Amino acid sequence: MVKSNKKGFTLDIAFICLICMLPLMWLIWRGYNGDLGVNPIETIVRQLGVWGLRLLIVGLAITPVVRIFKQPRLIRWRRPIGLFAFAYILLHLTSYIGIDQYFDWSAIWKDIVKRPYITFGMVGFVLLIPLAVTSFNGAIKAIGGRVWRNLHKLIYLIVPLGVLHYFLLAKADKTMPLIYGAILIVLLGWRLLEAAKRRK
Amino acid sequence: KGKLAFKPGPFSTSEKKTEYDAVTGYNNFYEFGTDKLDPAKYAASLNTRPWTVKLGGLCGKPQTLAIETLLKNALEERIYRLRCVEGWSMVIPWVGFPLANLIKLAEPTSKAKYVAFQTAEKPKEMRGLRSNVLDWPYVEGLRMDEALNPLAFLAVGLYGDLLPNQNGAPIRLVVPWKYGFKSIKSITDITFTERQPPTSWQRYGANEYGFYSNVNPNVDHPRWSQATERRIGEFRRRDTLMFNGYGDQVAGMYRNMDLKKFF
Repeated sequence: MVKSNKKGFTLDIAFICLICMLPLMWLIWRGYNGDLGVNPIETIVRQLGVWGLRLLIVGLAITPVVRIFKQPRLIRWRRPIGLFAFAYILLHLTSYIGIDQYFDWSAIWKDIVKRPYITFGMVGFVLLIPLAVTSFNGAIKAIGGRVWRNLHKLIYLIVPLGVLHYFLLAKADKTMPLIYGAILIVLLGWRLLEAAKRRK
Repeated sequence: KGKLAFKPGPFSTSEKKTEYDAVTGYNNFYEFGTDKLDPAKYAASLNTRPWTVKLGGLCGKPQTLAIETLLKNALEERIYRLRCVEGWSMVIPWVGFPLANLIKLAEPTSKAKYVAFQTAEKPKEMRGLRSNVLDWPYVEGLRMDEALNPLAFLAVGLYGDLLPNQNGAPIRLVVPWKYGFKSIKSITDITFTERQPPTSWQRYGANEYGFYSNVNPNVDHPRWSQATERRIGEFRRRDTLMFNGYGDQVAGMYRNMDLKKFF
């Protein structure tokens, strides 16, 4: 059985990390077998991005699950999920720069300033960096719990930017970005309702 | 392979042909789904026999031709570059005949300024029609001089064999100086009109997809750049060429036009 009150790297956290690594492992396995499809670079960039976004959304779902199902220990899952989301998004960005654009910095810069979907994606990524680097106990102590909590509220801006990024790049079939958007609205809406209840 | 009898045609590129499996496994054919793997998975459900192409509108000899008759045309192979509006490209050996041959058969009147094309609309055989991502049936159009340009081609085959369904069987348009979506697939109707006909992608978003949709590295799609492309099978992007490299054959048709306005 998992000891829920234990701090640090427990079995359930190890399990979460393993799950979070599966999409990357699967992608590497497909690459190793030459099974990334006709346009492998597109497959890599898209898969990394979509898994980054999925993990961000799963991360946002943790708090509602904790409250609704009264499972306080699950809150510890949020950190590894968030960090893995950051890792996928970092890989998504580096694969875009490295293998999609092949370090064509002028084309990349033009993309960032001219293409709203890239602009939103980049802003979201930049905002994610302070969250990732303060995801350690030491950092929380250093900046104080209150500052830390306020800083991490940036996620309520970052995930919508991610969904917008996905929505704007979809050529015509917006089904998937709309599904992600709907889930996001539920998750953020729940927080607004909770905040309203507390104020009463 | 090699079921069709054909001779080599003009305008073929000597560039390396894209692998057959890529040409037939990575397609945009929304009648079978919006994922590029969907057409290869689901297009087998399309029944391409019997099949007729109806020539009508402003012409002296409106007629309906069976696919068997169309296949009796003298066939030739044209190895063309294809540039998708999404930023990837292929080199494809098509087998077919010039579109002009069919147009001349119908004897369009002097009033006919445009040619409208329509794809089959068979909901039972095309699962993509359940989605309203585009208005069905898929329609496209060309100006008469574009349609009569020697480059404009009707393909009935690919790599020496009959067209696979996912590539637009039994007969499709190929206009290699325009983005791929102009090359309408599985054609049932060709109509001569006086006014510019609507096109499916223009209906979807007129600010994103124009009637002309000539390949042009200097006019970006509003959401992405068109300056470069990834040739399927290659690692690095390559520069996109004006009119997809067919400027010698087609630039004259657009001499006095502002291509930023008429994109």
